[in-house]
Amino acid sequence: MTAAAEGSAPLRMTRARRNALLQSEPVQGFALISPTFLYALILLVLPILVVIAHSFWTQHYLTIDRTFTLENYRIALTEPIYRDLLWRSLYISLTVSLFTVILAYPIAYFISFHGGRHKSLWLFLITIPFWTSYLLRVMSWKVILGYNGVLNSGLMGLGLIDEPSTALLYNSSAVIITLTHAWAAFAILPIFVSLEKVDRTLVEAATDLGDGPLRSFLRVTLPLSAPGIISAALIVMIPTVGDYVTPKLVGGKDGVMIANAIQAQFGKAANWPLGAALSVTTMVIVSLMAGATVLIIRTLQRMAR
Amino acid sequence: MPDQPRIERPHPERPQSEKPMIEIRDVTRSYGAFKALDDASLTIREGEFFSLLGPSGCGKTTLLRMIAGFDNPTSGSISVGGQSMEGIPANRRPTNMVFQSYAIFPHLNVEQNVAYGLKRLKLQGAEEKRRVEEALAQVSLNGLGKRRATELSGGQRQRVALARALVMRPKVLLLDEPLSALDKKLREQMQVELRRLQQAVGITFVLVTHDQYEALAMSDRIAVMFGGRIAQVASPKEIYQRPVNRQVADFLGGMNFVKAEIVEENGASLVVDTLGFGRVRTDKPKAFVRNGGGATLGIRPERLRVLWDNATAKFEVAGKVVERHYFGEITHLIVEIPGLEKPLSVTETNDFGADDIPVGTSIRLAYDPEALVAMAD
Repeated sequence: MTAAAEGSAPLRMTRARRNALLQSEPVQGFALISPTFLYALILLVLPILVVIAHSFWTQHYLTIDRTFTLENYRIALTEPIYRDLLWRSLYISLTVSLFTVILAYPIAYFISFHGGRHKSLWLFLITIPFWTSYLLRVMSWKVILGYNGVLNSGLMGLGLIDEPSTALLYNSSAVIITLTHAWAAFAILPIFVSLEKVDRTLVEAATDLGDGPLRSFLRVTLPLSAPGIISAALIVMIPTVGDYVTPKLVGGKDGVMIANAIQAQFGKAANWPLGAALSVTTMVIVSLMAGATVLIIRTLQRMAR
Repeated sequence: MPDQPRIERPHPERPQSEKPMIEIRDVTRSYGAFKALDDASLTIREGEFFSLLGPSGCGKTTLLRMIAGFDNPTSGSISVGGQSMEGIPANRRPTNMVFQSYAIFPHLNVEQNVAYGLKRLKLQGAEEKRRVEEALAQVSLNGLGKRRATELSGGQRQRVALARALVMRPKVLLLDEPLSALDKKLREQMQVELRRLQQAVGITFVLVTHDQYEALAMSDRIAVMFGGRIAQVASPKEIYQRPVNRQVADFLGGMNFVKAEIVEENGASLVVDTLGFGRVRTDKPKAFVRNGGGATLGIRPERLRVLWDNATAKFEVAGKVVERHYFGEITHLIVEIPGLEKPLSVTETNDFGADDIPVGTSIRLAYDPEALVAMAD
């Protein structure tokens, strides 16, 4: 009896300790997030790790040499073609984000401040273009900007130009126009949300303290909606750097972007490691640019006082 | 009967000016068929602490917002400092407002909040700084200038809102229920401080409140409003002691109502017959309008005194205690009087043991006929 009792004591203790461990907050927390955590691990982290690993290897026709090398990065950063493509991609995505935010802000402002009872109807209307395929929307820009397109025939009909302009389509401006239109809704929504959060009595307080409509907007509404502007800029900027369909369809020779080069490396050129190195370089630069954008907007917000 | 204790004011009264500061003439504000404000006329004097008192939806906030310029009258006119406010937008009016939610700019610190309105005046840097510091000192927020708005307590936020408006040196400071978000203790403390501040700066204050004690404690004069109409404009004492009708009497503290028959009516006085109090001669209120042969007589619960043992009074009524409610320093007695349809409620201090009177006891109550107030039915 005594021996049995002595023997069971440590056993009971370990069980108690195990239960305590299972009931501890961090363990329960991990258990709760594990489905999403696994999802993120398998579908996000692993592919990125595979890409990063490839970027340090070398392609030998059909086989991959797995010895560590920085050669791919040397090519990605020093070859003029890739450097130019990268710069152009950054330029296009920055311009697109800027225009999108500038165009989206008044729309979001109108819906939030003057939408009245019809706010949800306005938001619903904004999503309507998204009911059609993205390809269709890009194609319709081709119809508008093309040699015999709507814009050219319109301008010719008005007698403003004598022959169709070829400057409209197949260049980076066409890519910028198409992307700005395509991403408008994604910029309107976050700006709308942050404007909804602006307490209207703050605007009244600014008016009460002597500000006219423009000054109260610049000193109160605009700085307080900065979080929405930041999200809108990032939501547009990050995916557009890597956009591949739009430049392919409306960009022509001058509108090629870095994603097209990456696609070529993984496709026709069959140089996965170089494609991977280009991807990683782009990712790093986009992250830096996103960080810089946040910093710049925050500084502007502080200066608005 | 000795005088009622008066509300002690922390500072000697500032001499009152008779000069009008705000003149509201026949102002109506309609929203469709609903009239938020119905033909209101009011004169608020220079340097006065004026309160708009009434239940929610009585139009007091609408009136305040129209003075500030956030809303416009459907008809009628408002002038501030002798100047018509018609067509003048809120940002160019000589008024500043303390909002109910305080509306502190969350992206600015205390100093920047207070200096917000000064920026437009383009003052010298040193002058601006001096005025901000002066305003912060006025509301006892010295040294908190660098605090972020989000790090302030409710009371501090309210002080920032006050300083931000006072620093503009407005002709009129408008306060929209400024104390309603504070807890009871802080609210009472701020009542005293607001009154003291108003006496110190001498600016006309217009306060909107639904709290009768707040209005009584702070104001020089009060306008009581119901359903978009101004029922009575008078000093706190007059409003409390001589309410113009049952609604006003009921809104400001407790009141016993007794049915009365008018026997005689002349210029200044009124003789009425009641069942419980017999024949009474009272002052005729200025705004008394006879409506048939009836009137209502009112008496405040604290103006009825319990008569102990064999004590007698010139005027007394006898009855029976039917309910007793203990409130610490006072006791509420509900006393049934033969002939009265509703029992009287009596507030008695507990110094002499009113809290020990058993339910069912027959008692006598003394009153002063001066305390009986006649109201139109």
